[in-house]
Amino acid sequence: MLELKGLYKTFNAGTVNEKRAINGLDLTLEDGDFVTIIGGNGAGKSTMLNLISGVFPADAGTITLNGVDITNLPEHKRARYLGRVFQDPMMGTAATMGIEENLALANRRGKSRGLARGITAQERTLYKQQLATLGLGLEARMTSKVGLLSGGQRQALTLLMATLKKPELLLLDEHTAALDPKTADKVLQLTQEIVERDKLTTLMVTHNMKNAIQYGNRLIMMDAGRVVVDIRGEEKKNLTVRDLLEKFNIENDRMLLSE
Amino acid sequence: MNFFSDLLNALPGAVAQGLIWGLMAIGVYITFKVLDLADLTVDGTMCTGGAVCIMLMTHGVNVWVALLCAFVAGLLAGAITGILHTVMGIPAILAGILTQLALFSINLRIMGGKANQAINPDKYNLLVSLRNVKRLTLENPILVAIVFTVVVIALLYWFFGTELGSGIRATGANPNMSRAQGINVDRNKVFGLMLSNGIVALSSALYSQYQGFTDVNAGRGAIVIGLAAVIIGEVLFARLFHNFALKLLGVALGAVIYYIVIQIVLTLGLNSNDLKLLSAAVVAIFLAVPYWKGKYFRGAAKKAVAAPAPAPVAAGKEDEPNA
Repeated sequence: MLELKGLYKTFNAGTVNEKRAINGLDLTLEDGDFVTIIGGNGAGKSTMLNLISGVFPADAGTITLNGVDITNLPEHKRARYLGRVFQDPMMGTAATMGIEENLALANRRGKSRGLARGITAQERTLYKQQLATLGLGLEARMTSKVGLLSGGQRQALTLLMATLKKPELLLLDEHTAALDPKTADKVLQLTQEIVERDKLTTLMVTHNMKNAIQYGNRLIMMDAGRVVVDIRGEEKKNLTVRDLLEKFNIENDRMLLSE
Repeated sequence: MNFFSDLLNALPGAVAQGLIWGLMAIGVYITFKVLDLADLTVDGTMCTGGAVCIMLMTHGVNVWVALLCAFVAGLLAGAITGILHTVMGIPAILAGILTQLALFSINLRIMGGKANQAINPDKYNLLVSLRNVKRLTLENPILVAIVFTVVVIALLYWFFGTELGSGIRATGANPNMSRAQGINVDRNKVFGLMLSNGIVALSSALYSQYQGFTDVNAGRGAIVIGLAAVIIGEVLFARLFHNFALKLLGVALGAVIYYIVIQIVLTLGLNSNDLKLLSAAVVAIFLAVPYWKGKYFRGAAKKAVAAPAPAPVAAGKEDEPNA
């Protein structure tokens, strides 16, 4: 269970560029929730994910994951609980290292790294099987440098790396936004399969309303650093893009009126 | 024919010197290529190692213990730069310059306040010495330097295959991904800087024995020679050597080639005062080669697009991501 309580984050505080990105955010995720997040530019979606993963510290509030307060843990220490896939396909993998080496790095997430072998023969067999489940033929290119892969292949690999060791929370930050529509669908399909198979608690940011409705069991809309719409269960299943746009516009109007 | 006999006469010395500096270049490779940092500490460490080694030996310490102490001194110097960079947030290049400057004073202190210290090869049991360079014995410095190079490359090959070593490589390759995978990026940078400077100090300790003295200016411009070796090794052997150990071997050979080239121009009559100018020019040109290559290939691809004829070869090369 993930609990965000009273989170605040302001960028460039005290300057003309001051921007309150997260403004008193409260959010609770149940185990196994697959939540899609939508919202306009600057709504605070990515900032929320970055606060959870510790890219920068929160100004106020607490982040609790399965009873552990991770608010003040450095980024590399909370990595043991988290699987992350980024928007930029270049960001999630080491381009100059091989496919199997990248997986070996991911397989040691949360463990201390000593002078044991960086990759064992036994692991290679495991990785080969896991890569085969992606259906991209990567299992035949285990030692190829990741830099030679396409964006879609790299995102699929990053997804595998994020879930190789079952994370307590999977964070997907517009992970298909940089891909062509066909590849994006393929990667989303994979995401769905893996999340369902391992019953992962997941936060997925997307700009695609159709995807936001199609995937997951819960949908939240963010605006001005807060959750403004939270739809789940049956209501979510019957949701249409038109409903969503309506809600989106109402929220926009309310914002304008309040200002 | 005078030139050739002169050159032939000087060649063994150039090779020995190149091999010893090759170790130093391997140290530079760790920061410059593996960690993707330009570390200028080495200009200081390239003296520190020799100073520690010579002073300990002249005080009766065993040569192997002296070498080990030199290595440890290098580790410490690297640790200082690493801490300046990661804990105090100083850009790596500036952190290296600060440590290098501080080391100048420390090196003088190690050498008892003198600008140079000699060691008599008759009185001490040196591992490598200039005067054995043309003798066909086991004490020939070329042979000893080859053994050191092979051992250091083997150890590094093993180390960078471990979990810790892989983590250091990942840190240099993609720090964002490394943090996301739970790798302590700051700690790994410190480790990499330590290892690099340790090896440089080891090279320094061997070089001062080889020359029979150490000088407070011994490391001036060392980074440029190290980079020259790394780049020459890369440009000449990139197509041949893909394995990590072979890449390190390429760097060592790069240093040997560098010193042979220097020997050739010296034999041709270049004033040795102009050497540093020449070194800087060589490194600048070799650094420019990959950049120019990229430009040249882009030009070729553009032409290929403009002309309707058989183009896909050049265009295909452009399409390869990160090739």
